[in-house]
Amino acid sequence: MRIAGKGLIDRSETVGFRFDGRDYTGFRGDTLASALLASGVRIFGRSFKYHRPRGVMTTGSEEPNALVTVGRGARQVPNVRATVQEIHAGLEARGQNAWPSIGLDLMGVNDLFAPFFGAGFYYKTFMWPRAFWESLYEPVIRRAAGLGALSGKSNDEAYEKAWAFCDLLVIGSGPAGLMAALVAGRAGADVILVEEDSRMGGRLLLESHQIAGRPGADWAADVLAELGALPNVRLMPRTTVTGAYDGGTYGALERVALHIAGPDDDVPREGFWRIVARRAVLASGAHERQIAFANNDRPGIMTAGAVRGYLNRWGVAAGKSVTVFGNNDYAHRTARDLSAAGVRIAALIDLREDVAMPGDFPVHAGCRVIDTVGRRGLREVVIADREGKVSRIVSDCLAVSGGWNPALHLACHLNGRPDWREDIAAFVPRAGMVPGLTVAGAANGAFSTHACLAEGAAAAEAVVEDLGLRAAKTDLPQAEDAGVRIRAYWEVPEPKHRAWLDFANDVTTKDVRLAAQENYRSVEHMKRYTTQGMAPDQGKNSNVAALAILADATGRAIPETGTTTFRPPYTPVSIAAMGAGGQGKGFAPERRTTSDGAARDRGAPMIEAGLWYRAAYFPRPGEASWRESCDREVRMVRERVGVADVSTLGKIDIQGRDAGRFLDLVYTNTFSTLKPGRVRYGLMLREDGMVMDDGTTACLGEGHYLMTTTTAAAGQVMRHLDFVHQAHCPDWDVRMISVTESWAQFAVAGPLARELLNSVLETPIDGAAFPFLSCGEVRVMEVEARLFRISFSGEAGYEIAVPARFGAALWRDLVARAESLGGGAYGMEALNVLRIEKGFITHAEIHGRVTAFDIGLQGMVSAKKDCIGKAASQRPGLTGPEREQLVGLRPIPAGRAIAAGAHLFDEGAAAVASNDRGYVTSVCWSPTLRSHLALAFLKDGRARIGGRVKLVDHLRKAEVLCEVTHPVFFDPEGGRARA
Amino acid sequence: MPRLIETAACEGLLPVVLPEVRLSELPFAPVTSVAAFAGKDRAVGTALRKLGLGWPEPGRSVRAGEAACLWTGRDQAFLIGAAPEGLAGVAALTDQSDGWARMRLQGPGAEAVLARLVPIDLRVAAFPEGAVARSGLNHMMMVLMREGPQAFQIMVFRSMAGSAVHELAVAMKALAARAALG
Repeated sequence: MRIAGKGLIDRSETVGFRFDGRDYTGFRGDTLASALLASGVRIFGRSFKYHRPRGVMTTGSEEPNALVTVGRGARQVPNVRATVQEIHAGLEARGQNAWPSIGLDLMGVNDLFAPFFGAGFYYKTFMWPRAFWESLYEPVIRRAAGLGALSGKSNDEAYEKAWAFCDLLVIGSGPAGLMAALVAGRAGADVILVEEDSRMGGRLLLESHQIAGRPGADWAADVLAELGALPNVRLMPRTTVTGAYDGGTYGALERVALHIAGPDDDVPREGFWRIVARRAVLASGAHERQIAFANNDRPGIMTAGAVRGYLNRWGVAAGKSVTVFGNNDYAHRTARDLSAAGVRIAALIDLREDVAMPGDFPVHAGCRVIDTVGRRGLREVVIADREGKVSRIVSDCLAVSGGWNPALHLACHLNGRPDWREDIAAFVPRAGMVPGLTVAGAANGAFSTHACLAEGAAAAEAVVEDLGLRAAKTDLPQAEDAGVRIRAYWEVPEPKHRAWLDFANDVTTKDVRLAAQENYRSVEHMKRYTTQGMAPDQGKNSNVAALAILADATGRAIPETGTTTFRPPYTPVSIAAMGAGGQGKGFAPERRTTSDGAARDRGAPMIEAGLWYRAAYFPRPGEASWRESCDREVRMVRERVGVADVSTLGKIDIQGRDAGRFLDLVYTNTFSTLKPGRVRYGLMLREDGMVMDDGTTACLGEGHYLMTTTTAAAGQVMRHLDFVHQAHCPDWDVRMISVTESWAQFAVAGPLARELLNSVLETPIDGAAFPFLSCGEVRVMEVEARLFRISFSGEAGYEIAVPARFGAALWRDLVARAESLGGGAYGMEALNVLRIEKGFITHAEIHGRVTAFDIGLQGMVSAKKDCIGKAASQRPGLTGPEREQLVGLRPIPAGRAIAAGAHLFDEGAAAVASNDRGYVTSVCWSPTLRSHLALAFLKDGRARIGGRVKLVDHLRKAEVLCEVTHPVFFDPEGGRARA
Repeated sequence: MPRLIETAACEGLLPVVLPEVRLSELPFAPVTSVAAFAGKDRAVGTALRKLGLGWPEPGRSVRAGEAACLWTGRDQAFLIGAAPEGLAGVAALTDQSDGWARMRLQGPGAEAVLARLVPIDLRVAAFPEGAVARSGLNHMMMVLMREGPQAFQIMVFRSMAGSAVHELAVAMKALAARAALG
């Protein structure tokens, strides 16, 4: 029900929305909760376990009951607090955990079985038979109990992440936060003021307090106008600081477009901020507590602060006849404000005996609420006076205040433990729990408006001085300074029915006492046994009351019992926001070669090699499968000429007087003897003696080398070289830098390779003057280029490198010329076949667990010098017949296909793990040799060459007999490459 | 024989122009990495000063007209827009001209765009004109320099130009759309 003339909403703008399939209207400035309350809606959803009807209880993110699902399909968001969701045109929300609807929920039958559903019920009941837990019990229980659900579909909406930096982060924009931001902002500090609500002002918007003789909300608006005009102050409404982390870093979730009707696709729905602040002021206010009494969860039972909050901010009376029940003076404000607005107050019930309050409503001092009536919403409140005399009050709203808990969560995120303050019956933060963070105002247990203003100002003044700035004098405005005057009271004793503590998780006082009885006496154990304070609640509503009852049940004091651990996030954070920037390919940037466009133009499928994209093969008309294209490309290279983009291989430019010496240290073989104009193949070990990488290094000039690495290990090798230089030989004169990206490099291979090259080189080369393993500078079509005579195919091969900006042009030209010679471009598939035929290794073989001995390159580990990994490679067990050694395999007959990953067994041995003799690393169909071929590691393999071995592929259920061969299948003398 | 045609690193990708911010490719310029050989720091400094520049402090650059010398790492700087005259023999010089896509992000929204992608403090007090950082642009490594109050130079690996432009454009559009919310 709306009250005329009250509230801060814009009544000139009506907003239509849907809830649970029905149309409603509200005003601009309404939350879903305020608009539905105004429309007389009482049931917002069903409870977690017992499916009890539940209504809204609070005005903020601490709301345990009014959790709704917003949106449809892939875009639906579950567990949205109706108290936080602003209404907008087209908003569609529905209650949760009910079937078929929240009004008529057939699962409500759970409530009838409540005596069975106490804490630990599931664990005790569904123990047997054991296998049924996962397959039957748990799925059924999970379906019956729970909150909203995700759609299971991929959501295409935009989310963002962002970073911000400031001198002072102010968390919360109530009186304390506003004062802190004002003082620091006027002093010139970089201030970020963060507020969870859509409108700044905090409790000032919910109370009828005056500040400096004016309504608190007006004062707040003036302060915000001043702050908004300061260039050094950033105001961030709709943003919740969700966690405090090391180094002054805070996580914050901004609801960017969740309040907008049909936002543009480019607008992020939410943004996750990492805010790094030199100092922070936590002014997050306090949460009002419930009191546990029988049936205290009915729709219509709310916190007292929320009831007057709905009136003062949204002009909504939460009931027609309101009863107030409390143990402190602040509860009286609810009776005062509502009564003044003309709402009937049925009674004010105060647990304390020495209270009096003027007003035209009955005051029951020293009385307590012992039960409530009303299945689908509160109808009557049952009270008992100090003599135990019971009476009933007709009432559709019960405003309860059990006191206030400072919202100190963030202050405890680095595992600090708060102190108990008897006078306000609440935990308060201890100074210094988060370095650089000061807690001010209600979050610090200072509840009056004056105290909040004073603490906010004082905290900011200290920060300003600390940062070396000068604070302008800021006078404190006049404000009320009334204390809470509380008598600690947690539960009405001996309830006849269940009395709830944690509404979100359906945990009652009985559950906590049961936990204590079953010896879960530690507060952390009680929490886990009962689920109290978990999941959506995060200790906001029930934490203190639950541990007070645990303390009582275990005969301890509250400080002795302690609190559970506060952990981020303070409110739920969608994974989409936290992982923003990683949607689609955002987590892995694409690296494209200069030939990428041309390859795609040819319809070449691209395969990923790390972040790189490389052409797999270049299909031609009439080719039905990749194999046909691949076979043709292999034949092309063996018989005519092929061109492949090899730019992705790592290239490292190494210079300096000690460069040769440095290469000797990182390579197993010697490079200091390499002459300018020559290239050498090198093998590199890790510190532990295993092979790290291989590749060629060219000597470009005196003390100037160009190392190439495999595509996969380019980054690793660069890091390794840096490490070796910095850690082992920092005084050596060596400088190195990656030039992978600077050069477009193409392999030109095949009997006609030289003919093709000479058609583009300004000065032709001949075979004798430019022998195998030489390199030099050349000019190609008026551009300086580098030529290397190396071969990964076994054919007469060259690699030509031009500055990358010429890569695209040279590629198209080379391919066209190759085609005119009967050749063409070849891709990764053919490149792989060519190298397997030649027994050349890749990271399929040097996968991190093999030694130089294993791959048959032990001869490359120079005896004359030391190198990284040499000593470790000589440890026992890393050489000898026990090792799995690189061999070739040919199936018998040649047409039988073999699969990579298959394991090797002795002929006649059972194919079981204990008989395992090795495994296959690379396979191909060789069009050259008209056979399937494989490279494999076989125990004592080199001694078994010429013998047979059984290959078993357990995955694909294949068994193939193979002949063990030398790993070089084709042209073992290497004559073709030198031709 | 015809000369090979050059292709710009961001060919076909730029510019991206929005009301508050503009992303464009910088014209090709020579980029040379300079790393002084052992004991040659002073000689390198002298040679750079002859070019009107100097050896930059960590996280800084030295600029003169179109030329600039950017700190890019431990004992390493990039000389951009000038030939490395007088440096041969005293420093390891490596041509990096083709290895990088060089872009300029300019406009009142530039800092806010980068705040979506770069995890460092780019407020002008912390990252003033001429400041240089090697940082991440989302998941790409980057050399970043502040050219002016509202202008940044961004260098990413040439092969990643497409991803870099995509990420920047997404952030630019998101901010424009956010601004339109009012």
